[in-house]
Amino acid sequence: MSIERVLSPLPGTFYRRPAPDQPPFKADGADVAVGDVLGLVEVMKNFQEVTAEVAGRGIRFLVEDGEAIDAEQVLAELEV
Amino acid sequence: MNITRVLIANRGEIAVRINQACRKLGLATVQVHSSADADSLAVRLADHAVEIGPPPAAKSYLNIAAIIDAARASGADAVHPGYGFLAENGEFADAVTAAGLAFIGPSGDAIRLLGDKVAARQVAANAGVPTVPGSTARLTDVDAGLGLAARIGYPVMIKAAAGGGGRGIRVVADAEEFARQFPQASAEALAAFGDGGLYVEKMIARARHVEVQVLGDGQRWIHCFERECSLQRRRQKVWEEAPALCLTAEVRAAMCTAAVKLAAQVKYSGAGTVEFLYDEASGEFYFIEVNTRIQVEHPVTEMITGLDLVAEMIRVAGGERLSIEQDDVEIRGHAIECRINAENPAKNFLPQPGTVSALQVPVADDVRFDTMLFEGYKVPPFYDSLLGKLIVHGDSRAACLARLREVLTLLRIEGLATTIPLHTALAADPQVAAGEFDTRFLERWLAGRSL
Repeated sequence: MSIERVLSPLPGTFYRRPAPDQPPFKADGADVAVGDVLGLVEVMKNFQEVTAEVAGRGIRFLVEDGEAIDAEQVLAELEV
Repeated sequence: MNITRVLIANRGEIAVRINQACRKLGLATVQVHSSADADSLAVRLADHAVEIGPPPAAKSYLNIAAIIDAARASGADAVHPGYGFLAENGEFADAVTAAGLAFIGPSGDAIRLLGDKVAARQVAANAGVPTVPGSTARLTDVDAGLGLAARIGYPVMIKAAAGGGGRGIRVVADAEEFARQFPQASAEALAAFGDGGLYVEKMIARARHVEVQVLGDGQRWIHCFERECSLQRRRQKVWEEAPALCLTAEVRAAMCTAAVKLAAQVKYSGAGTVEFLYDEASGEFYFIEVNTRIQVEHPVTEMITGLDLVAEMIRVAGGERLSIEQDDVEIRGHAIECRINAENPAKNFLPQPGTVSALQVPVADDVRFDTMLFEGYKVPPFYDSLLGKLIVHGDSRAACLARLREVLTLLRIEGLATTIPLHTALAADPQVAAGEFDTRFLERWLAGRSL
């Protein structure tokens, strides 16, 4: 078992929820399948989905909902 | 003028533009900014800068209390809101006024009245300005809708009362289709917006977007002719012109008069824009909405009239009367503005923030580039993608286009992808050269090519 890191493709603002009044795409500790949406990066008023490239378990987010991020910043870790 | 120090409650190119207008009037400037904009050109140009919050706009450029505090602490006596952010927020205008400062724009009441689509439509109707034929209230049932659609004529649009931004709209060609689509549209609106309410509007198949610039001082109102902004992508304007060549002299006069009447109806103060849909086939124009602020595309009007719209709105907010009469405003030649965005046209306009490694800007009397860029500037990802506006003037539209083609080759922004290739292609397009476009032209045009 190893730890896979999920990197942001773009700089911007990271969101864990599709909308402020909705639950997160993935709860902390949830399992993840390839293609699952993990969050959104808002870059210049455009929203880009961050999807899982590998399947894994026990996702742990390292960035808060609504936090400013850089490109290549680690957003989350999961066990693969 | 009873203004000496202006707080600029915005960022980017418009903050730079406002600073320039203040300099011309001999006014000091205070630039508020988020932590992401500490190194911006607007901050460098201002006499005084105040950081008001972290990068997200909700915590900085939209934070009314922080902006008012900054104004008080810095001794500002006026606030310019620019466009976007709090520019059309009536509560902000009220808060500025309540703090004893001049708001450079119309009153909070005027902003609220004209910002409400239904109320603004009523203001237009009261001023005798034509509105798009359609419902005055929600439709009670399909029969009421059929009756109304028959009166205004097909095709019509069935719109969700709670929709917006182009969502929840169905176009129907005849009564049979109307009867079939109406219940589906209601169910869909209920599912999408939690509100099944519908209304009907006449469909204008080949509409052009034409808007009239107005100025008022609360006692007198003038227009500064019109702009055409039909080249849009996802309802965002990308290329604007003045004047609108699609208008005859009669239609131009009627539209400009209508806009002035509307401004007078609400005793408007400052710079505003009355937007219309123009149906080229019938020669009819219809009121859409009023923008109660300076607009992104104001420079094309300045290029053909020689006016300084931003300076004029500051003077009016400072208690002066309009400095010009209607007869002073004349159209001289033609101007085109290209919005240069940090977007990659080859990748479906994906925004691409980054660092400007090199910048080369053409300088000439018939060229203007409104921008916040400088070499080494890191374009932050938190705000809109507008990097600058290239505006070119010519004695005729053909001369303006020819000059634009030339100038586009001289503008170089390196280090990040921009929409310059889009404008180069548009400027070379025969249909654009012929002025044959409507508000749907650009998306159709983009679908057929790669840039």
